[in-house]
Parts: sequence; C-alpha cells; structure tokens
Amino acid sequence: MSEALREPWDSLRRQREAASFGMWIYVSSEALLFAGLILAFAANRFLHPEAFAAAGRETNVIYGTVNTLVLLTSSLTMAVGAEAARARLRTLALRALGATLVLGLAFLVIKGFEWREDILQHLVPGPGFKLDNPETQIFFALYWIMTALHGLHLTGGLGAVGWLSWQAWHDERPLRSPAFEAVALYWHLVDIVWVFLYPLLYLGGRT
Amino acid sequence: MSGISVWPVAASEAAGKVDAIVIFLLVISGAILALVGALVLTFSIRYRRGSSARRGALPELVNREVEVGWTAATLLLALFIFAWAGSTELSAFQPGPDALEIHVTAKQWMWKAQHPNGAREIDALHVPRGEQVRLLMTSEDAIHSFFVPAFRIKQDVLPGRLTELRFRATLTGEYTLFCAEYCGTLHARMGGTVTVMEPEDYARWLAAQPEGDDLGREGRALFVSLGCAGCHEGSTVVRAPGLAGVYGRAVNLADGRVVRADEAYIRDSILQPKRDVVAGYQPLMPSFAGLVGEDELVRLIAYIRSLRTEGPS
Amino acid sequence: MSEIATPHAPTAPARPHAGDSYLTAEQGIASWFLTTDHKRIALLYMAALTVFFFIGGAAAVAIRIELVTPAADLLSADGYNRMFTLHGLVMVWFFLVPSIPNTLGNFLLPLMIGARDLAFPRLNLFSWYLFIGAGALLLFALVAGGVDTGWTFYTPYSTTYSNSYVLTAALAVVLVGFSSIATGVNFIATIHLLRAPGMTWFRLPLLVWAIYGTSLVIVLATPVLAAVLLLVVAERAFGLPVFDPARGGDPLLFQHLFWFYSHPAVYIMILPSFGVVSELITCFSRRQVFGYSFMVYAIMWIAVIGFLVWGHHMFVSGQSLYVSLAFSFLSFVIAVPSAIKVFNWTFTLYRGQITFEAPMLYALGFIGLFTIGGLTGLVLASIPIDVHVTDTYYVVAHFHFIMVGGAVTAFYGGLTFWWPKVTGRLYPQFWSRFGAILMFFGFAFTFFPMFIMGFLGMPRRYQVYPPEFQVWHILSSAGAVILAGAYLLPIGYLAWSLFWGKRAGDNPWEATGLEWQTSSPPPRDNFRSPPVVDTGPYDYHPDGEGPHHTERAPHRMQGRQT
Repeated sequence: MSEALREPWDSLRRQREAASFGMWIYVSSEALLFAGLILAFAANRFLHPEAFAAAGRETNVIYGTVNTLVLLTSSLTMAVGAEAARARLRTLALRALGATLVLGLAFLVIKGFEWREDILQHLVPGPGFKLDNPETQIFFALYWIMTALHGLHLTGGLGAVGWLSWQAWHDERPLRSPAFEAVALYWHLVDIVWVFLYPLLYLGGRT
Repeated sequence: MSGISVWPVAASEAAGKVDAIVIFLLVISGAILALVGALVLTFSIRYRRGSSARRGALPELVNREVEVGWTAATLLLALFIFAWAGSTELSAFQPGPDALEIHVTAKQWMWKAQHPNGAREIDALHVPRGEQVRLLMTSEDAIHSFFVPAFRIKQDVLPGRLTELRFRATLTGEYTLFCAEYCGTLHARMGGTVTVMEPEDYARWLAAQPEGDDLGREGRALFVSLGCAGCHEGSTVVRAPGLAGVYGRAVNLADGRVVRADEAYIRDSILQPKRDVVAGYQPLMPSFAGLVGEDELVRLIAYIRSLRTEGPS
Repeated sequence: MSEIATPHAPTAPARPHAGDSYLTAEQGIASWFLTTDHKRIALLYMAALTVFFFIGGAAAVAIRIELVTPAADLLSADGYNRMFTLHGLVMVWFFLVPSIPNTLGNFLLPLMIGARDLAFPRLNLFSWYLFIGAGALLLFALVAGGVDTGWTFYTPYSTTYSNSYVLTAALAVVLVGFSSIATGVNFIATIHLLRAPGMTWFRLPLLVWAIYGTSLVIVLATPVLAAVLLLVVAERAFGLPVFDPARGGDPLLFQHLFWFYSHPAVYIMILPSFGVVSELITCFSRRQVFGYSFMVYAIMWIAVIGFLVWGHHMFVSGQSLYVSLAFSFLSFVIAVPSAIKVFNWTFTLYRGQITFEAPMLYALGFIGLFTIGGLTGLVLASIPIDVHVTDTYYVVAHFHFIMVGGAVTAFYGGLTFWWPKVTGRLYPQFWSRFGAILMFFGFAFTFFPMFIMGFLGMPRRYQVYPPEFQVWHILSSAGAVILAGAYLLPIGYLAWSLFWGKRAGDNPWEATGLEWQTSSPPPRDNFRSPPVVDTGPYDYHPDGEGPHHTERAPHRMQGRQT
C-alpha cells in the first residue's frame, strides 16, 4: 500500500495523468446525471412557471445561502489539501483535508436542519401539502430528490476524503499518490452541482 | 378468414398514401439488399482462396471516389425518403373544415366513445364512410394507444391531456381496434371494432341508439352547477371573459401571447386557469383540477364549443 | 461459454508451460475472485453473462411457446407480462450492453493496444461486482414476484398502476448502469493513455475504435437513465410526483429522458459488433480493410448523432409534429454511416483470398442480417409508416435484427475468432461452421415473419391475438427452436475444446493484430516484452498489391516485440 506507483503504469507522472483524466470522465458522467434531473426541473418549470415561483419562495434561502458558502469554502480547502499533498507538505495537507471534512459535515448538518424545517412545514408532497396548487408538489418532489442525491454524493465524498486523510495520517498512503487529486476533482463536482442547484431551488421564486 | 394475407386492408384515406411509401421503400430496400447480397456472394465465390481470379491492387476506380460516391448516394436517398414521408405527414396534418368529433376515453382495459349527440359505445366505434372523423382522446389511467391497422393510424392516449386523431374511412366494413401501448394485465384484450358504415346507415344507427342527452346540453347543466355561469355569463361579464364564440378564435393573453382556443386550451383553462390568463382579466379563477372528471370535461368542452353558433348573451 | 470460466480452468490438465499463462499464473478461488487481471475479469464476465443469457433465453422460449396459439395457454396474463419484461430487462442490460465490451473488449483491448492491463485494474474488478450485485437484485425481483412494466418502465404505469417489483428492478438497472459507466471510464482512459509506443490513433484496430465510441456513449448516456429511473423510484416509493399527470406532471418527459439514454443504448449494443466484424472480415479475406478512415469516422458519426435521434421512438406519443420531423430527419442521417460500413465490409472482400472459417461465416451472416435490420430502420424513420408499425411486431423484428441478428451474431463470431487466444485451444471447425450457418437461417426464420405480422397490425406485448396472425407466430416459434439449437451448439463444442481441443499456436488465423503476437493463452502481463508499433492495422498485403495465392502469412504484423 505504501508504493504510489501501481500496475499497469511505468511512471508516476503517467499514472497521475490517468487518475485525473479518468476522474474527469467520471465527473462528466456524474454531471449528466444531475443534468438529467435539472432538465426535468427546467421542463416542469417551463410548464408551470407560477407554481414553481410560488414553491420556490417556500425554501429557506438563509440555510441555502449559508450552505453555499460552506461548500465553496470546502472546495478551497480541498484544493489546498490536494496541492499540499502533491508538494508533500504533510501538515498542511492533513489540516486542509481535516478542514474539508469539517466543512462537509457542517453542510450536511445545516442541510439536516433545513430538511427538518421543511418536514415540519408540510413541504413533503402528498396529502396535507402546505400549498394548494398541485403543481407546486412537483417543485418539491424535485427539491427533495436533487438535494438528497446531492447529499448522498457529498457523503460519498466525505467517505473518500476521510479515508485518504486516515491513510495519510497513518503514513499508509504516500502523499504523492494521485488519489488526492482525483478525490479533489470529485469534491469540486459536488460543489459545482450545488452551485447549479442553489439558484434553481432558492433564488428562482425570489427574483 | 380466407387464406393468408400479407397486406392489411386499406380502408382509409391515409392508408393509400402510407402504402405508396411502403411499396417504394420495399422496392428500394429490396434493391439495396439484392445489391449487397449479390456483391457478398459474388466476391465470396470469385475471390475464394486459391481461385484464379485476378488479385493485386484495387483498381483506380474503386477508391476514395467510390467511398464518397456511396456516402453521397445514401445521403441523397435518405433525404429524398425523408422529404416524401415528411410532406405526406404534413399534408395529412391539415385539419379539414367540419369533422365529425367523437370523444374517446381509454381506461384499463376498455375504450369508451361518445358521439356528438350523446350516444355512447364501449369497445366499439361506428363512423360514417367518407366523412372526416376527429377523435378527441384522453385516458383515465395509464397511457394507451388507439390503433386501427386498416386505417394505418395510431395515436397514444395520455392521462391528463387530450390527443387527437383524424381519419377518413373509405371502405365500409368492420376493422379491428387495438390498444398498442402496453397498459397492464389485460393490455392484449383491450381492443374493439371500428365499424365503417355508409353515411345514411350511420345516421340510422345513430338515431337508433338509446337517447343519451346531447353532450352540449349535459355540459350546459354542469356549467351552471359548477358555478362557471356565475362569472362567464350574463351581463356581468367583467370578472371573466365571455365564452360565446370563443371556440376556434385567437385569444390574446395577458403576457402577450396569442393562442387559438381549441379543446386543449379550454381544457387547460379549466384545470390550470392561471397559466393562460386572457388579456384584461385578473387571474381569479380557481382550478377545477380534481373537481371535474374526464367525462365531465368532455361535456364542458362540448358545451363551450357549441357556443360558437348560438351564444346565450 | 462460461464453462471454462471459473471452476474448470485451474483443474485443467497441467500444461507444458504451467505457470506461464494468465490461466495458470495463480491458483485458487481467491486468485479468480480477487483478480485484477483484465483477462480473468473478462472470463468472470463471460460466466455471468452466460447465466443471464440463459435466463433471458428461457423467458424468450416461454414467450414463443405461449404465442403458438392465439389463446392464453401456458401463462396467465400477468405471467406473460412479467415474462417479456424479464426477457427485455435481462437481455438489454445484463447481456447485450455488456456482451462484447465487457468480455471480448475487456480481454482484448489492452492486448490490441499493447498494454499490460486496463488503466484501472481494481475499478475493473469493482465493476464486475457491481454487475453481479445488480444482477442479484434483478433476480431477487424476479423470484419475489416479477416485474410487469416492460423494459421501458413507462410512466404513469410504472409509478402508479403496476403492482409488481418495479423499485427493485429499477434500482438493479441503475446499479448495472454504474457498472457500465465504470467500465466505460476505464476503457476510455486506457485507450487514451496506455497505447504502445507508435500506436497512434489512426493505427488503432477498428475494434478499439468501436469500443472507444461505445464507451463514450455509455459514459454520457447512462447517467441520464439513472436520473430518470431514480425519479420513477422516488415517485413510486416516496410519492414524490414528477410525472404524475394528476398533479401537472408530464408522462412524455419520462419518455424523452428514457429514450435519450435508450436510443444511444442501441448503439452501445451494436457499435462493438461493427468492430468485431471489421476484424473478422479483413482477416479472412486477407485484405486491408476498405476505407479505414471512413470506418473510423462512421463509428464516431454514429456515436454523436446517436444522441440526437431519440424522439423517433415517440412519433405517436403526442409530441409536436415539427419535433417529430426533426427527429425523422436525423434518423435518416444516421442511416448513412451504417450504409458506409456495410459497403466497406463488402468491398473488403473484393480481390481478397477468402476462406470460410466459422468466424467468417458469422461475419458474413452479420452483414446480411444487419443490412435487413438497417433498411427496415429506414422504413421506421418515415413518420407515416412508423405511425402504422410502431408498437407492433414490425418494430420487434427490426430491433431483433439489429441487436440479435447483428450484435449477438457478431458476439459469437468474435468468440469463435478469439477463443484460441483466450483458451489456447482450437475447436472443431465442422461443428462451428454448421452452428454459424444454422444461426443465420434460424434467426431469419424466427424474426422475418414478425415483419409481416407487424405490418399486418399485430401489436407487441400481446399474449392473446386474433387468429389471422397465428400462422406467422407458428413460423416464428418454429424458427426459434432452430435458433435455440444454434445458440447452444457453440457452448457444446467450445466446452469440448477445453479438454480435447488441439492446442492453438500463437496465431492460428495468421491475423495481424498485436494480440496475436503473444502466446495463446497470453501471459499474465500480456507481452513478454513491451511491443512497439510502426504500422497501421490489417497489413495483410503490401500496399499497391493484393494478397498472394500461395503465401497466407500477413505481409506485416502490426508492431513488434522489443
């Protein structure tokens, strides 16, 4: 586990190239997963503009905005962590990765509070839904699906960052390993997806 | 049933046009297939290993030019077929003036039809020969599809919206109606017959049907009982637009769009009144989604349509 | 096919070069189930795919038996609906999509470009486990009571009205999708970064190009399928309405998103077979492939335009006529590259030295069946005709010609071609030729009658039908018996070859590819020394000449060992 170079590569440079190239392809695939959902959102928003505006005003923009800032900051720490690992600055890398973990967890906690509030306000589609217009339920259906899926991706990212940090902490993974960069790319994707979701879900009804 | 047929009966105006393209495509496809088959066979035999046929380099002719040539030829052929098929479809789309309008409601697993005078049928449809028929269809549950092979027509029937299908039958007789979109357990048994009759026979048949109330009259009753008349009728037409003569007309909307008031528009206006607000009016009307069923919508639309000739105001 | 895969190989009689080949390099069960060797993973896939092919095939048999008479005899109405759904789900996602890429592709891709392994060997193994997990989930749905939505999961039937294990099946498909994506990412990265020195893009064998195009489509289309199926799951399981018409949702949105994946999925299934057939035809006609660069452009053209034609599945769905016209136009456009490929294969035969070993017979059969499948696709691209024949057996016949007559025939062709490389054994030519010919006729016999009954109006997914269609159904079911025999036969002789087959040399067909320059079966690291490439593929004869009458050996192998 301690050797950074793996089969079938001859050089670490090439392997690093492959790790980030492969991650780019995977990230583009993931982006299309969210693109499919956002397309469904856009189509419905086009069909029911008023319902979507009304429903959009029900989301909690404060939680949403705070979370956006938290996540953007975490992308910064993640980038610092990956670069530091590459430059073999062990302490900085570990601190930055730790900060990323904390910020990611903070996002999920804030999101949890927001979800709790949504549930209390009867914003879960179904009988007893807060708003009268049935089409507003489509907005919230997509709200729940997209934020949950994003949360799931973030959880996966936390797992990966946690695992890498653990290994780096215990000197089981050399800092030169291309994995840091690859996970950082994934983390940025999760961040960018949120950057798209934020205006759609929180700002759409408030312009 | 006599013997095995390989060609379905052609009993509508569209059938002839479709069959013409099919025959053309059959000939073209047959020719291409024969060409490919002949080339493969000839080459396989002639250039089998050890045969005395000449080998060596490919002749000058068989080179890049050939490649470009058949690319262009295929493209042109494809475009030609597209143009023909597309224009056929476009011309079939031109709505005729006064079509006979029949409402069709699909549900698991039956077809219900209702004629303009209110006569109803289940899993059967009677239509006059030579007259353009316009089916206005909707589904109460899953997606179904109205398919009459002898007419070469098919249209999916969706829940929550109207789809329409036009045809003109040309041959009297009984034809099979299938549901072509998979819709659950008894999908395969969801069918019926379409009977094409001479117009006078159709009139006789229609008259002999148990007297359903006229669709429009039933719609009128709903129009009053649901309270539509309160705003849309009488001298107080200030809160809501009057509906006399609105059917088929262009309507100016509050956001500047202009739409034609057809069945789909009327339907949407009942179910989602805030979507297309008429210019000069406030979005006051409540939605009737969930309050009126598909059958009732059919009647309301029929009533509003009937206002085009004799408006009450 | 699978018989060789896991259990038998280690117990096979000791070879002279024991420990030499990838089959014997390591011993024990764990060395198979924890392997990161792309060749062993290919065999793991082959074993799994064989199981799924049997399950899907059994469902097809049940369907064909049921349809012999117009009445319902064998199955209940719900039973029949579950049967064709099972057939579709298994065959599309658990057999056809992974068939050539994950078995032959997995095995050959690194060999053909001169690499030691795929770019991410552990990801490769992971994707196999994902595949198995998804398959287990699907089998659970099947055993628990089945699914009856058809493989298309159309809403609102799947979200509201179906009373079956839709959730499990949909999740299984999402999962298997991620397995495909993992494989696709792996292949793309491998082709970009692990080509041997001198193996430039336009020296790649066409199978590599085909797999490259396929992987791109997989990576970009599959996530949309995952998205739409997750929406179905959310609506069905948690009542989150996205497509529910009662709350303003749009069932057509589902269809758009679904076909945005599922039409490109057709190309995922057929593109790899283009690659296989190109390899076969050139090898057995001993000629350079006709128009290599056009073949490459055709693959990429199909991969790209394939994303833009999904709406031709929806001509009768209620979408606007003008939208339909645009999709119709693009569907005609995509016919062109397929035609180019057919003509180019045909002209590769011209002035060749053709021999008719079993793989070649499969390839020639492929050309015939694929041409019919393609031409009938032209018919379907014409809107007025599509309106008549869509959702009938005509469509069933059309896509079976492409995906079974095309992809499965090519899969068998490829399997018989590379079998000596995979196992180091030769199989009896007589039986394999017989099997190839039988498959062609059995296939045509089974599916050609479907064109006629479809045009007559026989709708698909019907368990009971009007008696005038019976004669066609009987023909079709009779053909299916022959076809089943043709599919089973290779399993027999290939299994036989494992024990009693003659040993194959390194290059039994005298083909040019890099994969033929290493031993059969190849060593764990593929090549004893890293190969270097200085020519394009298919140098069967010198430029400006043709193949010799007497000399069969290729003019120049692609690449050399250093």
